[in-house]
Amino acid sequence: MHSRMATEGLRENETLASLKSEAESLKGKLEEERAKLHDVELHQVAERVEALGQFVMKTRRTLKGHGNKVLCMDWCKDKRRIVSSSQDGKVIVWDSFTTNKEHAVTMPCTWVMACAYAPSGCAIACGGLDNKCSVYPLTFEKNENMAAKKKSVAMHTNYLSACSFTNSDMQILTASGDGTCALWDVESGQLLQSFHGHGADVLCLDLAPSETGNTFVSGGCDKKAMVWDMRSGQCIQSFETHDSDINSVRYYPSGDAFASGSDDATCRLYDLRADREVAIYSKESIIFGASSVDFSLSGRLLFAGYNDYTINVWDVLKGSRVSILFGHENRVSTLRVSPDGTAFCSGSWDHTLRIWA
Amino acid sequence: MAQDMTEKELLKMELDQLKKEVKNERQMVSKTGKELKEYIESMAGEDPLLKGVPEDKNPFKEKGGCIIS
Repeated sequence: MHSRMATEGLRENETLASLKSEAESLKGKLEEERAKLHDVELHQVAERVEALGQFVMKTRRTLKGHGNKVLCMDWCKDKRRIVSSSQDGKVIVWDSFTTNKEHAVTMPCTWVMACAYAPSGCAIACGGLDNKCSVYPLTFEKNENMAAKKKSVAMHTNYLSACSFTNSDMQILTASGDGTCALWDVESGQLLQSFHGHGADVLCLDLAPSETGNTFVSGGCDKKAMVWDMRSGQCIQSFETHDSDINSVRYYPSGDAFASGSDDATCRLYDLRADREVAIYSKESIIFGASSVDFSLSGRLLFAGYNDYTINVWDVLKGSRVSILFGHENRVSTLRVSPDGTAFCSGSWDHTLRIWA
Repeated sequence: MAQDMTEKELLKMELDQLKKEVKNERQMVSKTGKELKEYIESMAGEDPLLKGVPEDKNPFKEKGGCIIS
């Protein structure tokens, strides 16, 4: 009996070892295929593009009111309102022009890691350590009781790390510490599609610009960025070039590429049609993780917030840093460019949000 | 869910995915990179953070400016 179990144990280990070596060999093959099309570097393609001049970007507004670390923010389509969420459970909707708080709700959990504005501007979604994504309609009643109208939509088996409405208020896409992403119907709370493939916590996601079709990209603690078909639930492409967790992913405005920010202190650009990484944004002096990335309207600039409290502005084509922005007094945890590209907002562990232009 | 899967199940999932991806169609970086660059060039004129916006036109630059909402 003992020797049979030992033999079976050995067979089990052999299978694991042979699976590992098959995976390694396939990864090698994939790299070979990708390398065949790697005929130039992106900065070479951009050699004759005019270099960028000096940038003067300053904090134009500071939003104060959170009692603890700001973890996430999102813009309303009206280019003016912002929703933000924090470690202490508070979710606040701001008018960024006036810095007034328009709505506030306290979640029943701490670490509200994800929040999103609905396309209509009439609701927000948020979640975190409660493992759920909940939707709150926004009203303009004098004594609004947001908590009373709360609707639980998504249920994961671990923390919610990211959420986004699709192109309507009807569906929400979520990412979770349970290693999956999922698409939900807001009205019924029904799970429409789930996305399996990450080998560890999923930390971020971004939907492709609507013209490009039904795909989204996710990034995780498995160092992978994965591009998904929303209808079939299949992963179309995956990229594993980062050396650590991917904290943020964002589509290039045309939808043909996406950027990532990682704990390995680099940001990278992945070209979807060439199916490879085509640029790395890094410097020896930058040793802290990048938590959040977003593009300017044209895609020429990449703004990235870091755990060393700074924001670096990168020339996407040439690969060089064009500016470094100081102001936050703790980690920058979240960053989004406004819908019309006139400004960007950063949120930080220093409890504030800043609008830069 | 990744958190409920054994090492073997995770590897099998990864293998299946890799087998599919090896067959994906790809284009040359010289072509796709050029298209990324051309997109930027076509949009650069409209990019407020890139080219700058006069103080009186950007609502964030002038606090208390006139805003029609």
